[in-house]
Amino acid sequence: MSENTDLQYTAEHEWVLVDGDTVTIGITDYAAEKLGDIVYVDLPSAGTSVTEGTVVGEIESTKSVGELFAPVNGEVVEANQAVIDSPELVNSDPFGEGWLLKITAPELPKLLSHAEYRALVGE
Amino acid sequence: MTETAQAEPTSGRLSPLHDVHAALGASFTDFAGWEMPVRYTSDLAEHHAVRTRSGLFDLSHMGEIVVVGPEAATALDYALAGRLSAIALGQAKYTLLLARDGGVIDDLVVYRTGEDRFMVVANAANREVVVDELLDRTAPFDVEVFDESDDVALIALQGPDALEVLLETPGFGIQGPGNDHDDFASALRELKYYRAVAAEYDGGPVLVARTGYTGEDGFELYVAPERAADLWRAIAETGGPRVVPCGLASRDTLRLEAGMPLYGHELGLDTQPVQAGLGRVVALAKEGDFVGRAGIEQGPRADAPVLVGLAAEGRRAARAGYAVLTGTGEDAAEIGVVTSGVLSPTLGHPIAMAFVHPDHAEPGTVLAVDVRGTRIPASVVALPFYRRGA
Repeated sequence: MSENTDLQYTAEHEWVLVDGDTVTIGITDYAAEKLGDIVYVDLPSAGTSVTEGTVVGEIESTKSVGELFAPVNGEVVEANQAVIDSPELVNSDPFGEGWLLKITAPELPKLLSHAEYRALVGE
Repeated sequence: MTETAQAEPTSGRLSPLHDVHAALGASFTDFAGWEMPVRYTSDLAEHHAVRTRSGLFDLSHMGEIVVVGPEAATALDYALAGRLSAIALGQAKYTLLLARDGGVIDDLVVYRTGEDRFMVVANAANREVVVDELLDRTAPFDVEVFDESDDVALIALQGPDALEVLLETPGFGIQGPGNDHDDFASALRELKYYRAVAAEYDGGPVLVARTGYTGEDGFELYVAPERAADLWRAIAETGGPRVVPCGLASRDTLRLEAGMPLYGHELGLDTQPVQAGLGRVVALAKEGDFVGRAGIEQGPRADAPVLVGLAAEGRRAARAGYAVLTGTGEDAAEIGVVTSGVLSPTLGHPIAMAFVHPDHAEPGTVLAVDVRGTRIPASVVALPFYRRGA
């Protein structure tokens, strides 16, 4: 997988970028490739409170359905409208334009480092 | 993120084309114990390639069982649902292996490859049971049954460019008895749908059939495993951008758009052919008994579910196992279940096949599907969803 050493990760194949008390989340290239062509993304709207470890959205490919888990406790400040309109962005640029949510998260749980996540997916 | 529907790769049986797929960067999936390409780059790109140009598939996991002997035709008339004795040399027929009660053990394509020789093509998952049933059912007849699956690779080239690409591919010739053509190209041009020609590729036999599972024109090539990689590469190189390697993910979305049943989804032991719209496949008019006749003549119960097509708006597809309801309201009743569903790449809206109560099967009926807690309106439509232009 690509060198996104500044990101943190979850065992659910999501990435978390911390910027002050706001985090941006998405799914990893590993997850996107496993899903195949993503054709539909269902995300919570701004203002939604989310709880770490609970399902907050869905990512559908032609072949399967993936659940999106909140990696943190907090409140959604923005869902990526570009991805809702063009779900294929998750495949083409999972760590960039394919981001999914921005969430205010005053406190972060223990997340995986880049090396730990790479070990998890066997790369 | 957690996947809920996709199998992980396992250490399954390998196709003779495995190294070719690996070199192409394929993602693999377990399919009936085989490690087969699920996609090379993009399911959608592969799907669209078959609809607009052509796609190359490895189907070497399929089972090929040869029934040969003086009574081969009579034996298959007894063993299978169709009248195989009526097909001509070089002809193919879609048929069913029925259980005694009329349920479906497998769906098959049978090729008559000689006056006394038939090749039965079975789904990979059902290969063993088909072999066992054919051995058992043909035992009273003067025939032999050989499971040749391990000695046959299968490559499909499907799509509007398939004919031209195959015509241009070097190395083909005509071979074998019972063939009046001395020129492969003219034989290929004249080959009708559900016909096959005994040809040769690079000096070895290849059965070239105008059959497929995509809703497009195309060919299926049965060839010895040791020649499969060369044949694959020759077609790919000849076709260039007109030929896209395609995995099983696109094969599934293509067949679903074409309204073709998949064993284990639309067909199974607890389903009679008529429920799946395959009543015509059972040759009740043929003379003599055949396995399943009594069950078919008795028929399913009057309220047995029937297969319908469902079309919805938006982008959320119903998947296999989701409930079908009479509507989106609180008082809606559950009247069926989805067997296959996808956001149709060609049509751009969700499509599904479902078994529903016969009172709700009329095209135009508005039903609903429960997509993980959300009830989405879906209309009963005639199958297939997609039919290629003339």
